[in-house]
Amino acid sequence: MIQLFRKERMWRTHDLQRSYDVVIIGAGVHGLATAYYLGKDHGITNVAVLEKSYLGAGNSGRNTAIIRANYRTPEGVPFFARSLALYESLSRELEWNLLFNQCGHLTLAHTDSSVDGLRVRAETNQIMGVDSRVIYRDEIAKLVPALDMSDRPRLPVLAALYHPPGGIIRHDAVVWGYARACDRMGIEIHPFTEATDIHATGPASRNAADTPPGIEPPEGKITGVETAKGGIAAKTVVNCTAGWATVVSRMAGVSLPIVTQPLQACVTEPLKPFLDKVIVSANLHVYVSQTDRGDLVMGAEVDPLQSYSMLGTLPTLEQMATYTLELFPQLHNVSVLRQWAGICDMTPDFSPIIGGVEGLEGYYLDVGWGTYGFKAGPVAGKYLAECIATGKTPELIEPFALSRFRNETLVGEKAAAAVSH
Amino acid sequence: MSFLIPCPNCGKRSVYEFRFGGEVKSRPAPGSTAEAWLSYSYATANRERPQKEWWYHTHGCRQWFFAMRDTLTNEVTETSLPEEAP
Repeated sequence: MIQLFRKERMWRTHDLQRSYDVVIIGAGVHGLATAYYLGKDHGITNVAVLEKSYLGAGNSGRNTAIIRANYRTPEGVPFFARSLALYESLSRELEWNLLFNQCGHLTLAHTDSSVDGLRVRAETNQIMGVDSRVIYRDEIAKLVPALDMSDRPRLPVLAALYHPPGGIIRHDAVVWGYARACDRMGIEIHPFTEATDIHATGPASRNAADTPPGIEPPEGKITGVETAKGGIAAKTVVNCTAGWATVVSRMAGVSLPIVTQPLQACVTEPLKPFLDKVIVSANLHVYVSQTDRGDLVMGAEVDPLQSYSMLGTLPTLEQMATYTLELFPQLHNVSVLRQWAGICDMTPDFSPIIGGVEGLEGYYLDVGWGTYGFKAGPVAGKYLAECIATGKTPELIEPFALSRFRNETLVGEKAAAAVSH
Repeated sequence: MSFLIPCPNCGKRSVYEFRFGGEVKSRPAPGSTAEAWLSYSYATANRERPQKEWWYHTHGCRQWFFAMRDTLTNEVTETSLPEEAP
């Protein structure tokens, strides 16, 4: 009985040391996953993970917790499929129940052109071995009886991309599970320790906030990180921040092709279970799922401007509600409990930026995750850890290097990443 | 995104009347290197403090103008038409 009420910390607190092999900035799912795989796959445990707030305070705790792999490009599909596979075995691996519910994911199309887009995605997915197919009105009505399939909506549902292995997971549990596993390997986690500067050898133009942004990173070597609790010497610094990636990267003198935009979401009061699929509508710019607790989680598209503000706004809430009622009119008297925003680092091609930076030795990026970062945490962490440990960029993340903007080899993922999570 | 923007022609209006046109960048001269054009196209300052931006009054005077906006608070401090900008 005593054991039942034992007090066990998920992770310990430490004093900040003066030197580490690897310093990771950002203790969200990406930062902690990178630390975890550095320790587990490569035996590198002299690692500090810095977080300016509590663990998972950023987009790891603000996303709508949807996991899927039905992307569009031949680069994106295998990458996200690998992430889904890692998520499937993660509860067992971390010995921590992540409540992963692979309930199935439907992307609805309400126009002919959208149906065409879904067909292309289904074909690409099937060739790459991802379970995904286009289904039509009769099958949709059977899978989601609550959905309004009448001719009442202005844009009736025509077809859907059905992705059975997609689902929802408890996002806080993923962060805590990784944090606990990191702690058990001796990796230090430092919440409320903000990185304020990144030190490097190299040109003096570094840290000059007013120099115009350039595509060419500066030459040099990383030497350490300055934090609110003192300086740390480190030859390897990993930027795993979301929303603040540009600000942190500027400390190292590296400009990024990123525009930060807020994405809003909200949650309703708990309802009896009526929806056991994740519903996304690309045409209506909304996505809906019902949690195990019964709350309905809704997300919008990104606000159409650059901003670091994390305030929810009434017009966006109205938009989310309006579009959700087009799909589920029976929800007209349900109350919204909370609304929030996360800030998303949008890249021009809707693909992330992962890997090292040519010229600046020891600086690694895992940023630009736009609106789809949470579902890629494990795969990004695993392959970035390999990249750091071996010095070679794994094939799976090669297409997502920062240098693609100089070489003009963009990976256009907008068709599958823009609204449909 | 819920705030007011003082349009140089129309006065204070809801941000929903406007279209965001991105941060103001300096365009490379004709004949600049490919690298300069790529930097212009892709690299952004993406500032987390006041920055000069382009805005377009879609549901008003239909003019492009400059605005100084704090991207943390969304407060717009000043706006000007391109021809009167210093």
